[in-house]
Formats: sequence, structure tokens, C-alpha cells
Amino acid sequence: MEELKAELKTKIIEALNLEEVTVDEIEDQAPLFGDGLGLDSIDALELTVLLDKDYGIKVTDPKIGKTIFQSIETLATYISENRTK
Amino acid sequence: MEQLYQISRHCRMDTQGVYRNGEQISVEASPDFASFSKSLYYSLGTSYPKFFKMDNLSKLAWLGAELLLKDEQTTNIAIVLSNRHSSLDTDLKHLATISDNEQYYPSPAIFVYTLPNVCIGEIAIRHNLQTENIFFVSEQFDSQLAVNYSNYLLNTKRAEKVLCGWVDYLQENYKLVLYLVEKTGILAHNLDVVRQLTR
Repeated sequence: MEELKAELKTKIIEALNLEEVTVDEIEDQAPLFGDGLGLDSIDALELTVLLDKDYGIKVTDPKIGKTIFQSIETLATYISENRTK
Repeated sequence: MEQLYQISRHCRMDTQGVYRNGEQISVEASPDFASFSKSLYYSLGTSYPKFFKMDNLSKLAWLGAELLLKDEQTTNIAIVLSNRHSSLDTDLKHLATISDNEQYYPSPAIFVYTLPNVCIGEIAIRHNLQTENIFFVSEQFDSQLAVNYSNYLLNTKRAEKVLCGWVDYLQENYKLVLYLVEKTGILAHNLDVVRQLTR
């Protein structure tokens, strides 16, 4: 799980062009949206594409998206339980 | 009698360098636009993380606007921009994400920049401008149209100032010329001067 979290942080920084953020600065439990990394709605869509492309997970229900995109911790847990690749 | 206006500030940016009011701005030499734009961004001393999420056309426009509007007080500034290649640079990047049926993953972050006037939006957000704006696409900069349109916006009091110019980007080739039109300034706002600035 720790490896997956580190992988996710690297991928998120790269996919969302978080130029001034480092892997070490992203805390596992910190909110990804709002006060945390300050991600926006386009970032949420980009994360949805990332889940599909890299882990074979299709997020079609906005309610589920809201839950799993809360933090690196929730995202990693969901991926580890649902990934198809 | 029709009011005469002036150009208060202008800037130019291309592969030859960056100039503000005719004076070259020192920017670290870079082999590509990504490095160049990052160097110029940091040299401006502005913290605006969203800059790094923009496409190249918006980065170019944003940097040019920053050079002219960084310390501007009024927000009653209309924007009149134009270019030749529209958003083609980003359109091609979007195409690359949807060309392979096996790897069909259109990127939302790329797709949102597949319109040229999005760069106007980025400038407007940065400088809190809720004003008239328009983006023309043409082979060359239409100086007559730019002068007439700017004068119209100012004469009809639709704006106090007009940020006008050319912002074009396609595959590492880029050119930006921006100028601010208002009541007072350093150059006359007429066809000859605008042609000279944008040539």
C-alpha cells in the first residue's frame, strides 16, 4: 500500500502539472480538493482518466468519485480493491 | 470630434527575446518554450500555480499580460486579441490522445484549451477583468481592425483601457505583441504605430 501511495503522488503531480508540489509535501490523509492540494473540477476529471488508463477502473458514479478522491489514502485503498491492471 | 488615444505600454515576445516598451528583459536562455516560459514566470516573482496547468498559448498570453498589467490598478480593461493558428497547437495534442482506439484517453486538462479565446479567460481571471473581449483568427494581424475596435470600445465607454495585440503559438514557434490603449501614454494609437509595433 505504501508503494501505491508513493506511486499515486508521483502520478498526480505529473498528470495535474503540480509544478511547485513535491511528493513529500503530499500527506496521505490531507484533502486533495479545497484546502489541501487545491485541485479543481478539471483535475477531478483528469484523475478519473488516470484511474481508467493506469488501473483499469472506470468511475461513472459522481458520488463514488467524491468519496475516493478525498485523499491519497482513500484513493489508494479504492485502487487496491478494484484495480484490473 | 473623436477622442484620440495613446499606447501606454507595449511588449513583444518571440524566440529572439522579450521586450517591454522597447527594452529587452533579461531571461535565462532556454532551448524550448517550456523552459523559457518557466524562467520568465519565475523572474516575474508572481505566485500563480495555475500557470503550470495552462497550455502554451495561454502561458504566452498570460506572461505578456503580466508584463503589462502586473501593477495595473483599474480592472475596466477590455481585451482584443488575435492570432493565425488559433488553438491548433493544443488541438493537435488533444488529437494525439484520441487517435488510438486502444489508448483512447482524451485529457480533460488538454481539451479545455482547445479554443483560442481561453487565453483571454486566463488573463481575465488573473487580473479580475469582467469586461468586453474578443479573439480574431486571421492570417496576419489586422491593424486597421485592431485600431478601430479599440477606439470603438473606448469611445462608447465600454472600457477604460484596451489590452490589444497578437498572440500566436504553434509547435515551439511563437510570437506575442501586446499593447495597452488608453487616454494617455507614450505612443500615439494610430494605424502607423500599431503596424510598426506588430510587424
